[in-house]
Order: sequence, then structure tokens, then C-alpha cells
Amino acid sequence: MIEFKDAGYSYGGQALFSRVNLELAPGSFHFLTGPSGAGKSTLLKLCYGELHPTEGHTTLFGQDLSTLSRDQLAHARQSIGVVHQDCQFLDHLPIEENIGLPIAVSRKDAVEARANLQELIAWVGLGERAHARPPQLSGGERQRAALARAVIMSPDVILADEPTGNVDWEMSQKLLRLLVELNRMGKTILIATHDLALIRAAKTHVQARVLRIADGQILSAGADL
Amino acid sequence: MSIFADIFAMFARDAQSDRVVPKTGYTATLTMFTSAAMAFLTVFALSLSLAADRLADRWGEDLAKSVTVRISAPVDQIASQTAATINVLETTTGVASSRVLNEAEQQALLAPWFGPDVPIADLPIPRLIEVIETDVGFDAAGLRLRLSVEAPGAVLDDHTRWREPLTIAARRLRLLGMTSILLIAAATAAMITLAANAALAANLQVIRVLRLIGATDSYIARAFVRRFTIRAITGAFLGTFLGMMAILLLPQSTDDKIFLTGLGFQAGQWMTPLALPFLAGVVAFFATRAASNRALRKLS
Repeated sequence: MIEFKDAGYSYGGQALFSRVNLELAPGSFHFLTGPSGAGKSTLLKLCYGELHPTEGHTTLFGQDLSTLSRDQLAHARQSIGVVHQDCQFLDHLPIEENIGLPIAVSRKDAVEARANLQELIAWVGLGERAHARPPQLSGGERQRAALARAVIMSPDVILADEPTGNVDWEMSQKLLRLLVELNRMGKTILIATHDLALIRAAKTHVQARVLRIADGQILSAGADL
Repeated sequence: MSIFADIFAMFARDAQSDRVVPKTGYTATLTMFTSAAMAFLTVFALSLSLAADRLADRWGEDLAKSVTVRISAPVDQIASQTAATINVLETTTGVASSRVLNEAEQQALLAPWFGPDVPIADLPIPRLIEVIETDVGFDAAGLRLRLSVEAPGAVLDDHTRWREPLTIAARRLRLLGMTSILLIAAATAAMITLAANAALAANLQVIRVLRLIGATDSYIARAFVRRFTIRAITGAFLGTFLGMMAILLLPQSTDDKIFLTGLGFQAGQWMTPLALPFLAGVVAFFATRAASNRALRKLS
């Protein structure tokens, strides 16, 4: 589904990581952890083509992302859901419209997604806040809205960058449960987080692979996680 | 996406893409104002151009068909040379009619310079004969030759000397008006491009979000293009309306050969400025489309 082949990324002449070989199989659940600045967000951006590797290749659904045109890349992104660290909303639109944005930009027939919009908003617990604008929402509400927007088109892959970074423990558990539920529906999940407690909690619900990024290498984490 | 698809998308009502770009911002006011001001100026340039065109045509037509023969001879020969000239003119192919201007007509011609009370009869003023050509016209060189033999005091003035510079001046004035319209269109495009660039720069977050969720560049560009095109059309409509009102309020004269009072539109020409909002829309469409595509390419 997503594959890194000898991929590496350098910024300002300094290698963040190199020779990464990684494959995210369909329906798998992954955590990516490591210290701040290790390159977790960068690795996620390589997955959906916001950045391109400075060495090697990344492929999405078998397509080398660096060879795609801008339009092809945009269409490829419509098949994945991204929960960004700072959510990234259009602040002038109500949250309901923000969640429905992928329907508007998609070329696919989105009748089902349109019909499910209200149900999805209720599923993430924002039924009564649907008409509020993003700045009026709490951190947790914004994260749930970002998750709803990521899944509205029923993508096969969901990438989440620190999805519980700005919320309390109770809310992070709620978000985790939503992600686990999506994984049970067959979605491939990759979550970048430095929250080890969240990873431990998740492992009680789902069989998750934990990847640790440190010193420019990506390794499978030990059994303590 | 092709240009045709973008044009089609312009007219397709897409409520969502209309809303992705925030409506507020100084670029909205700037685009509307620029478009209105430029349309206002274009109405005047158009009016100038059309008036110059009419004037050039009329001067050309009027003077081309009217020729004067001036009899400058000793007083005792004026009558005989006038008769000889009339005789020559009546037998010249291409002359429709000829007649000697009477005293009152000659006095009217001199009045602007000497006043209405000039005693024409007491002055050695040449006799004037007005000649009207047929559509085919006559051979001026041949006529001059015959006159020099039969009426040596007769001088044929076909007005070429001063008709040509006037007509050329009027045609250049028309060209100047058209050039002004092109310059105004170019300035409008430049201003709208600047405003579009400013809007794109101010809405980087919008572009980032749309790209994150898989929006193609053409979808993003369309949102900006549509917004700016509609603003330009609205502004141009307002500017055109005000310009036409101003032209309507200009003092008019029944004498359409007087240039300054002939500025304006006549009959069907009043429809011409109505094309300006559409043209402003076309200029805005292409200017914003180019600016958006360039900016989005840079942001990749």
C-alpha cells in the first residue's frame, strides 16, 4: 500500500534518515515514534507526497510518488486521509463544511459520502458543534473534526501526525478508539506520536507495529512497547 | 485542466468552490475599484475614438465631393472669366453641378474674419464657384489645364491640401483612442494580477488545506479565478454605467462637425460600451488564471 525503498531525506545538507525500507500492508496498524525533530512528520509527509525523498523512492498504491504530476498526486491524495498535527482547517467555514471539503474536491461520485456526512459528524461527537467555526472548537473537537474529514471519503489509508498532541488523556483515548474502529473496518493506519502511553493503551485493543525513528534509522521497537 | 473546462466551470454554479476562498480582504475592494475606474476611462476613450472616427468620415466625405474654383482676375475680366469657367465646368465629365456663390454667401464665409458688415462689393475679393462632383469624380489635372487656357484667372482648389491633414489627424485621434483602450486593458490585467497574487499570498493556508485533502491545482485556481472574474465584471458594470451617464450629461450640439460637442455615442453606438463588463471579465479571467497557475506551480 505504502512502501519506502531505500528512501532517505536530507534537509540543509543533514540527513534526517536514510536507506529506509518499509512497507505498510493493507489493514495494518502502525505507530511511528521517536524524539522531537527525529523526522516523524517528515516521514508522514513522504507517505502522501507533500515531500519527496532525496534518495530512494516512496510508492503509494504501487505508484512512485516522485514521478506523478501535480494533478496525479492530488488524485492519489484523495485516496488517503491525513490528520495533520495542527488540524489545518479553513477557519471561515463551519466545521461541517470543513469535514465535507474532500467531497467537494473529489472527482469521484460521492453520493454515499454526502449521505453519511451527518452520521460521521455524530460519530465523532460533533453533532451539536457542526455549525461552529474551527477557532470556536476545543483542541479535542478540532482533532475529532480532522479525523472525520480524513475518513469522509472512506480512504484505504489514514495517516495521523500527533493526533492526540493537544488533548487530554480522556480525549486521546476517545480518538484512539475511533482509529482502532477504523482499522477494524480494514483501514491501514499510521500514527506518528511521541506519546508512549497512548501506544501502550492501543496495544491492548489492536495488534500494532511500533516503529522507532532515531539517529537516522527506523527500527522496530522492543517488546517493552 | 483545459481552458475550455475552466471557462465552463466559470458559469457552473459550484457553491462549495465559491466558498473556499474567504470573501473578505482588501483585494476584493481593489479589484472592484480598479475594474470600475478602468471601465469608466474606457467609456471615454471609446467615445473619443468613435467621435474621431465619425469626424474623419464626415470631413472626408464632405470635402471630397466639394471643390471650389476661385476667379482672381482684373475687375473688368471677372465676369467673362467666370462665364468661361462655368462653361468649362458644364462640359467637364464628373462635374455634377456648379454655381457662383452669391454676395451673401461670400459675406458669410468672410464674416468670421471681418465681421458681418464687411462691404464685399467694394473689395477686390475673388469670385468663388462651388463645384459638386459626381460619385465618379473628375480629372483635376485635365480640368486645371483647360481652365489655364480658357480662364487664366481661375484656380481650382480641390481642398486636398487641407483635407488630408484633417482626415489624417482625425484618424490618428481614433488610433490614439484605440491605443488608450488597449493600454487600459493591459493596466487592468496588471492590477488584477497584482490583486490576485496578493490574494493567493494571503490565502496560503487555504491552498495548503486544499492540497492536503487532494484538491487539484485547477480546482484551487478556479476558486480564485471565479471570484476575481465576478468582481471585475461587477466593477466594470458599475464603471461603465457611470461613464455612460457622464457621457450622456456632456453638452451636445446639433452640429456634428464640432468635435468637442460631438463627443459621445450615436444611436447603436450606445450598445458598444455594454461590452466592457464582458471584456473586463475576459481580462480578469486570463490574468487571474495565469497568476494562480504561476503561484501554484511555485508552491509545489
